[in-house]
Amino acid sequence: MVARQALDLPMSSHDRAPLRFSWNNPDFRAIAYQIVVVGLAALMAYYLVSNTLHNLATRNIATGFAFLEREAGFAIGESLIEYSPSDTYARAILVGLANTLRVSAVALVLATVLGVIVGIARLSGNWLIVRLASAYVELIRNVPLLLQLLIWYAVIGELLPSPKAAFHPLAGIYLSNRGMLMPSVDGPAVAGILWGLVLAAAAIVAVARRQRASRRRTGAPSRLWPFALLVLVLLPAAGWLAGGREFHLSMPRHSGFNFEGGWALSPELFALLIGLVTYTAGFIAEIVRAGVQSVSHGQWEAAQTLGLPRSRVLRLVILPQALRVIVPPTTSQYLNLVKNSSLAVAIGYPDLVSVVNTVLNQTGQAIEGVLIIMAAFMTVSLAVSLLMNWYNKRIALVER
Amino acid sequence: MSTTIPTERSALRAPARVRAGLMTRLRQSLFQSPASAVLTILTLWFLLMLAPPLVQWLLVKASFQAPDAQACREAGGACWAFIREKYRLILFGTYPHAEQWRPLLATALLVASIVWTATRRLAGLQIAGLWVFTIVAVATLMWGGFLNLAFVENTRWGGLPLTLILSTFGIAFAFPIGILLALGRRSRMPAIKAMCVAYIELMRGVPLISLLFMSSVMLPLFLPEGFSIDKLLRAQLAIILFAAAYIAEIVRGGLQAIPKGQYEGAESIGLGYWQQTRKIVLPQALKVVIPPLVSTFIALFKDTSLVVIIGIFDLTQAAKAALSDPAWTGFGVEAYLFIGLIYFVFCYSISRYSRSLERDLKR
Repeated sequence: MVARQALDLPMSSHDRAPLRFSWNNPDFRAIAYQIVVVGLAALMAYYLVSNTLHNLATRNIATGFAFLEREAGFAIGESLIEYSPSDTYARAILVGLANTLRVSAVALVLATVLGVIVGIARLSGNWLIVRLASAYVELIRNVPLLLQLLIWYAVIGELLPSPKAAFHPLAGIYLSNRGMLMPSVDGPAVAGILWGLVLAAAAIVAVARRQRASRRRTGAPSRLWPFALLVLVLLPAAGWLAGGREFHLSMPRHSGFNFEGGWALSPELFALLIGLVTYTAGFIAEIVRAGVQSVSHGQWEAAQTLGLPRSRVLRLVILPQALRVIVPPTTSQYLNLVKNSSLAVAIGYPDLVSVVNTVLNQTGQAIEGVLIIMAAFMTVSLAVSLLMNWYNKRIALVER
Repeated sequence: MSTTIPTERSALRAPARVRAGLMTRLRQSLFQSPASAVLTILTLWFLLMLAPPLVQWLLVKASFQAPDAQACREAGGACWAFIREKYRLILFGTYPHAEQWRPLLATALLVASIVWTATRRLAGLQIAGLWVFTIVAVATLMWGGFLNLAFVENTRWGGLPLTLILSTFGIAFAFPIGILLALGRRSRMPAIKAMCVAYIELMRGVPLISLLFMSSVMLPLFLPEGFSIDKLLRAQLAIILFAAAYIAEIVRGGLQAIPKGQYEGAESIGLGYWQQTRKIVLPQALKVVIPPLVSTFIALFKDTSLVVIIGIFDLTQAAKAALSDPAWTGFGVEAYLFIGLIYFVFCYSISRYSRSLERDLKR
């Protein structure tokens, strides 16, 4: 066998070492370890499950998800969908999930915008702006989020005036200790306008891609803005016409001790939004700053020798390269934001964890409740991860 | 004609001044472009509008001493008298009043141990010895029961010492578990790798709040009848298990950074798996990931504030308890700003330390 090895001849299956049930064989050891570890885990799982079943039986708690069909019997402060205390537990949990998704989606968008602004502010040459942005980031990152939420809630509840003397910074916007009011639109034409906007956006994206491809092919320049302007005006107008031209702008007005009209954000939702947005924006600002600083300085200098002004250098040369460094940590910050929205239970906003906690306390179905929470969060986390990974692949450098 | 080059220092001219004067620097930094100038003016205007009312509320109209809540409210500013009245409750929870020097000493011991470990002047064995001493001393001080100290059960612990205990022991015990999980995730044995991956992804995908709920609501169901774990221990367990998953990911990053040559070199001199891990791989991997580990400690310190949800008396809950006194209501902002300041001081110091550590390790 040694001779065959020395002559570099292929070894046939007859020359392989036979399987030895000996501790010296690493494969045998690996299998033995795995059997031991899996066995221990299975033993522990069996012990826990048998204890649980026994405890559940003693306390007369049924297992299974049948409790979801029972009547809920408790009210929920605010909900996107119709809900009354006579609805089922399942519907209550759905309301909680809708609230969580609503807060997460809005907070995600606002936090990204604010985070990018603060991150770029930290890189500007203006000493005052840099110091202000740095102070903001340091303050936000070193105080726990729960405490920030409690502070915002206390500020809104204690320091803002009552509705009669509400702050009125802009037309139609009122800030008081009962929350924030904004003008709202309603009427059948609103749906038409929204659909018109969505179709216009899709059309603009499609035409932009075709123009980019034709520019690459022929080299001839083309402009997008005339088409974009036309489509953005025509399609929503068509939607408005189709909706019967009924369109009401409802501005909030004082009436008695409170307001009527407009769209109200409860103090809980308002505090949660401000807290989540400012907190996540602080972390995103640091990520954006690190990303932009990771692009080598030679890129700035080369772009400036081409005569590009600073803003165009940032947009055309630096940001595409910086995005590759920015997107993965930003993904985990988005996931953190979704998980942090569960802190709403501390200030009384009825998100998923808060509603499931109430259900848990009322029915005693602890395990099913916890499983629901974990399943919901893992699904949302997975969805956000998949979306961001797709975006990450799109902006990745296609290297030789 | 030959010119002589002066060689004595006094004959040489001083170098030209390169650093511009203050006005030039201000102009270049604050007013470089029209947009920059507009931003500067807007920011200054905003600060000038915001600063005087803030200073008025915080300091000028604030009452540092007031007989009761009514007088404080009438003053119109921040009521720091409320903090004077309640600071012992906020800082030490419901620990018996006469014995509060004990949690104070325990806090000082913990902080001193952390600072001394951070100076990195101690060898491994000395660090272990220091921490064994600290754990024993803190346990003795907080629980008491012998050495002439009255026994204080842990339901009465609260405030700052509890926050420090939860976060320090959380990370101390999560550290070895995290290392084992990271090694398991990189293992070539499929069963172990699958279990480690499942655990890490599960723990990282759910919020800490749901884990705390689980530990306070589900753990009693898992245990046999009659056997109960104390609430503080349940919370500590949840924090340890949560932190272990995050530490595992960080250590995994460090393990990936070790070049394959190290593993091969270790194998070539006949070291077994555990020997090579202990002597070659881990020392290098851990050194690389010290900065992210420190930021995990900061995050854990902040996350201990979540135990307020299950009713444990940490710093945040103690503030809430102070606010629930009917004689002193409506001073939430003052109370939360006070503990916000405490958190800020701790976390900011740790993050400055982490930055200086990064600089030192780069060299």
